[in-house]
Amino acid sequence: MSTESIALGRLTTAPATSLVERLHEWVTTVDHKRLGILYILYALLFLLIGGVEATIMRIQLIRPLNNFVSPEVFNRMFTMHGTTMIFFVIMPVMFGFANYLIPLMIGARDMAFPRVNAFSFWLMAFGGLLLYFSFIGGDGLYGAGNAPDVGWFAYAPLTSQTFSRGHSTDFWTLSLLVSGFGSIGTAINIIATVLCMRCKGMTLGKMPLLAWLNLTMAGLVILAVSPLTAAQLMLVVDRYLGGHFFDTQAGGSAVMWMHFFWVFGHPEVYVLVIPAFAFASEIIPVFSRKAIFGYPVMVAATVCIGFISMSVWAHHMFTVGMSSAANTFFVLSTMAIAVPTGIKIFNWLATMWGGKIDFKVPMLFCTAFLFQFLIAGLTGIMQGAAPFDWQLTASYFVIAHFHYVIVGGILFTLFGAFYYWFPKMSGRMYNETLGKLHFWLFIIGFHLTFDFMHIPGILGMPRRIYTYEPGRGWDIWNLIITVGVFFQAAGVLVFIGNLLWSYRRGKVAGSDPWDAWTLEWSTFSPPPTYNFADIPEVRSRRPLWDLKHPEDPDWQYE
Amino acid sequence: MERYVHVSFGRAMHPALSPTNIFAPVSTPAQSIFDLSLFVLIVTGAIFVVVFSLLAYVVVKFRKRAASDEHEPPQVYGSTQVELAWTVIPTLIVVVLFLAAARVIASIQNASRPSNALEVTVIGHQFWWEYRYPSLKVVTANELHIPVNDPAHPAPTFLTLLSADTDHSFWVPRLAGKTDLIPNHPNSMWVDPHQTGLYLGQCAQYCGTQHALMLLRVYVDSRQDFERWTQEQSRPAHIGATVSEGKRIFEGTACVNCHTIAGTPATGTFGPDLTHLMSRQTIAAGASKNTLGNLIAWIYNPAVIKPGCKMPSMGLSTQQAAEVAEYLATLR
Repeated sequence: MSTESIALGRLTTAPATSLVERLHEWVTTVDHKRLGILYILYALLFLLIGGVEATIMRIQLIRPLNNFVSPEVFNRMFTMHGTTMIFFVIMPVMFGFANYLIPLMIGARDMAFPRVNAFSFWLMAFGGLLLYFSFIGGDGLYGAGNAPDVGWFAYAPLTSQTFSRGHSTDFWTLSLLVSGFGSIGTAINIIATVLCMRCKGMTLGKMPLLAWLNLTMAGLVILAVSPLTAAQLMLVVDRYLGGHFFDTQAGGSAVMWMHFFWVFGHPEVYVLVIPAFAFASEIIPVFSRKAIFGYPVMVAATVCIGFISMSVWAHHMFTVGMSSAANTFFVLSTMAIAVPTGIKIFNWLATMWGGKIDFKVPMLFCTAFLFQFLIAGLTGIMQGAAPFDWQLTASYFVIAHFHYVIVGGILFTLFGAFYYWFPKMSGRMYNETLGKLHFWLFIIGFHLTFDFMHIPGILGMPRRIYTYEPGRGWDIWNLIITVGVFFQAAGVLVFIGNLLWSYRRGKVAGSDPWDAWTLEWSTFSPPPTYNFADIPEVRSRRPLWDLKHPEDPDWQYE
Repeated sequence: MERYVHVSFGRAMHPALSPTNIFAPVSTPAQSIFDLSLFVLIVTGAIFVVVFSLLAYVVVKFRKRAASDEHEPPQVYGSTQVELAWTVIPTLIVVVLFLAAARVIASIQNASRPSNALEVTVIGHQFWWEYRYPSLKVVTANELHIPVNDPAHPAPTFLTLLSADTDHSFWVPRLAGKTDLIPNHPNSMWVDPHQTGLYLGQCAQYCGTQHALMLLRVYVDSRQDFERWTQEQSRPAHIGATVSEGKRIFEGTACVNCHTIAGTPATGTFGPDLTHLMSRQTIAAGASKNTLGNLIAWIYNPAVIKPGCKMPSMGLSTQQAAEVAEYLATLR
C-alpha cells in the first residue's frame, strides 16, 4: 500500500479496526502528527527507564558506604541515565513536538520530507534499542561487563580497548552514531519545512516563536551532531582499525576527544533548551492573555544564543590545563550568553506584566520554569567564572546546576507543553486536579532533590562516586536528595495516569479550549490527516486573535 | 612577592561542615577562588533578588481574579527603551564579572615558580596516587607530605600532574581548585598552605570502576616535621629479621612485579611503593586504616575492601596473608 492510499484511506473511510492493521498504519506512517506522537511515546518510555536508573543511584547514595548496588552497576547506571535522558528522552520528545506542531502552526499539511521524517524516527528508535541491547549483548568477552560504564561523555582513554574490553563501549558508540544520523535528518527536515512550507502571508517575521526557535535548534543540531558523529567514527577506527586518535598509549590525545565531545555537548544543551523556550513562548502569552512582549528581540536573542553557544564549549574543560588566555576567552564567551538569555527571561516577565494570568497547569509549569531557569542561569554564571569552576566542576554542584537546567527548565516546560497540547493531540481535556497534584508533587520533589544537591558539591563531593565515607558532612544532604526523588517519581506516575485516564475519559476538548491564537487551534482536535481543509492565510503573528477581534486586529500594529 | 599578598574580603567559613569545604581555604589559590566566589555570589544574589521580586510581583498582582472576567487586558507588543535597558545593564554586569574572573585566572595560572619551590610529581593510577620528589629522592604513595608555607619566606609547592592510564583529577578543596591528570598531557598546579594539618580530597575525574575510593590525603607539616619525614623516606627499607617467612612469600609471588621495597628484589612500579608502608596511616588510597588486621584482609582479598581495584588476590591462605602482613608491618 502506498503512502498516498493510506492518507486517502484515512480521509474517506472509518479507522481500521483490527489491531494488526492499526499497528501497520502506525509503523508505516509518514504523517507528521503520528510520527510526532511516536517520538513522544518513545521518549516517555525512555523517561521511565532513565528515571529508574536515577532512582537506583539515589538509593545507593542515600547513606554512606551503602551496598545497594556494586560499583560496576552504579557506573553503568550513571552512564545509561545520562545517555538515555539526553539522546533518547529530551531530543526525541523535542523532535516529536516539533514534528507535530510546526506544520500545524505554519499552516502546512505535513513536513517537507515525510519519508525522511519516518526514516529519522526509526533510526533514533533503533539507536535507543541498540543502546539497551548492550545489557544482553555487551559482554563480548567473558567478564568484560555488559552495559557501557564510561560516563555519558566517555572521556578517552577510558573508551580504548585497553580500559574498555568487550563491546559495551561499541554499543554506546554505535547507538549514538545511528541516532545521530536520525537527528540530522530531522533537523534538515525542520529547516526545510520552516523555510519552504509556510502558508500564505506568513513571512519569517510573522511565524509563531515556536517555529523560529525550532529553526534555530535544527541549525544547531546540524552543527553540533556532526562533530559528535565524526568523533564516534574516530573512536570506532581506534577500537577496531588500529587508529590512534584518542589512544594515549600510542601518542593519541585524550584532550582532542574532550574538544570533539564538548563542541557537540554544549550546543546540545541549547538544542534541548531552545525548544523548551519555544513552549514557554507559546504558553505564557496565551495564559497571560497578552501578545508576546518584544517578538523581534526574542527572535534575535534566540539566534544570538545559537551563535554564541557554538563558542563556549571549553568551559567544560577549565580544569584540563588550557592556557590562561584560553580559559579567559571561554569565561567571556560563556558569560556573554547570559545577556540574550536574560533578555528572554525579562521578555517573558514583561509578557505576564499587566496580563490576566490564568494559572492552569501549563502556566503553573511555565511559571516554575521561569523561577528555576533564573537560578540555573545564575549558578551557570558562577561556573562560568573559571576559577570558581575549578572548585565546582565535576562536583555535585555541577550536577545540581545542569539538572536545574534540564529538569527545572526543560522538563517543567515540557510538562507544561504536554498539558497544553494534550487536548489538541487527543481531542480530550486532561484532568486539572490530577495535573495540579502532579505539579505540586513534582515541584516539591524537584526542590528537595536539586536545591540540596548544590550543598555536597560545595562540601567537596565529586560526581560519579558510587559511595562515600561518613564524616565528610555529606550524609544528611544525600538523604534529603534521595527523599525528593520519590516525590518526583510519584509526580511522574500521576502524570502518566492522568494522560491515560484523560485519553479515555477526559472531557471532549473542542478545537480551541484555551482561546489561543496560533493556527493549530483553528483545526479539529485531533487534527485530520490533512490538517486544514483549506490552507489558511494569515496577516499577523496571531491569526486567531485577528479572527476573534476584528475590531482590533494585530496586523494594524505589526 | 606580591602574588602571595592578598586582601581577603571575607572570612573563611568554618570547616566544621566538612573537611573538604571549598569555602574554608587554607592556601592562596583556594583563598583567591574563595574571594572571587564571594564576589560572584553577591552579584548573582542581587540579580536573583531583583528578578525574583519581579516574578513574585507579577504572579501576585496580575493573576486572573474572577473566573467570569472575559475581558482581554490591553495588548502591549514591546518597547525599545525597556529592551535596551535590559540588554545594556546585564552586559555591564557581565563585563565586571569577566574582569574579576580574568584577574584571578592570571594570578593563579601565571604565578611564577620561585627557585625555592618544592617540586612534586603526582602520577595518577587506577586507583591510587604516586608521589615523586625528584630533588629529595623520595617516592611514596597516596599520602602527600608538603611543608607549610611561611609568609616571611614563601616556599610554595608546585605539583606536576601526570597520568599512567586514564584521566584523573587532583582535588583537595581547601588547598586549591582541581586540575586534571591526563595521559600525554602534563599539567601543573601549586599550593602554599598556611596552616599545618591533614587535608582531604579525592579524585574528581571519573577514572574507572573504583573512582570513588581514590582518596587524597595531604599532610601539611611544619618545616621540622617535613625535614624529618623526608630523611626517613629517603632511607632504604628497615627490615626486621623475624619476618623471613613473610618476606619469602612476598618475594616468591607476583607481589614483586608491581611493588617496590627499596633494598630488596621487589622493584615493580605498577603498584604503590611499599618501602615505608608503615609511615602511612591508610592503605588502598585512603580506603582503609593501616592496621595489621586490615593489611591481612587486603592482602587476602583486596576486592573486599575495594571492589574493582587492580590488585588481584594472590590466592594466599589466611596464614600466608598474615605472614606477608607481618613482614610489611616492619617497613617503617
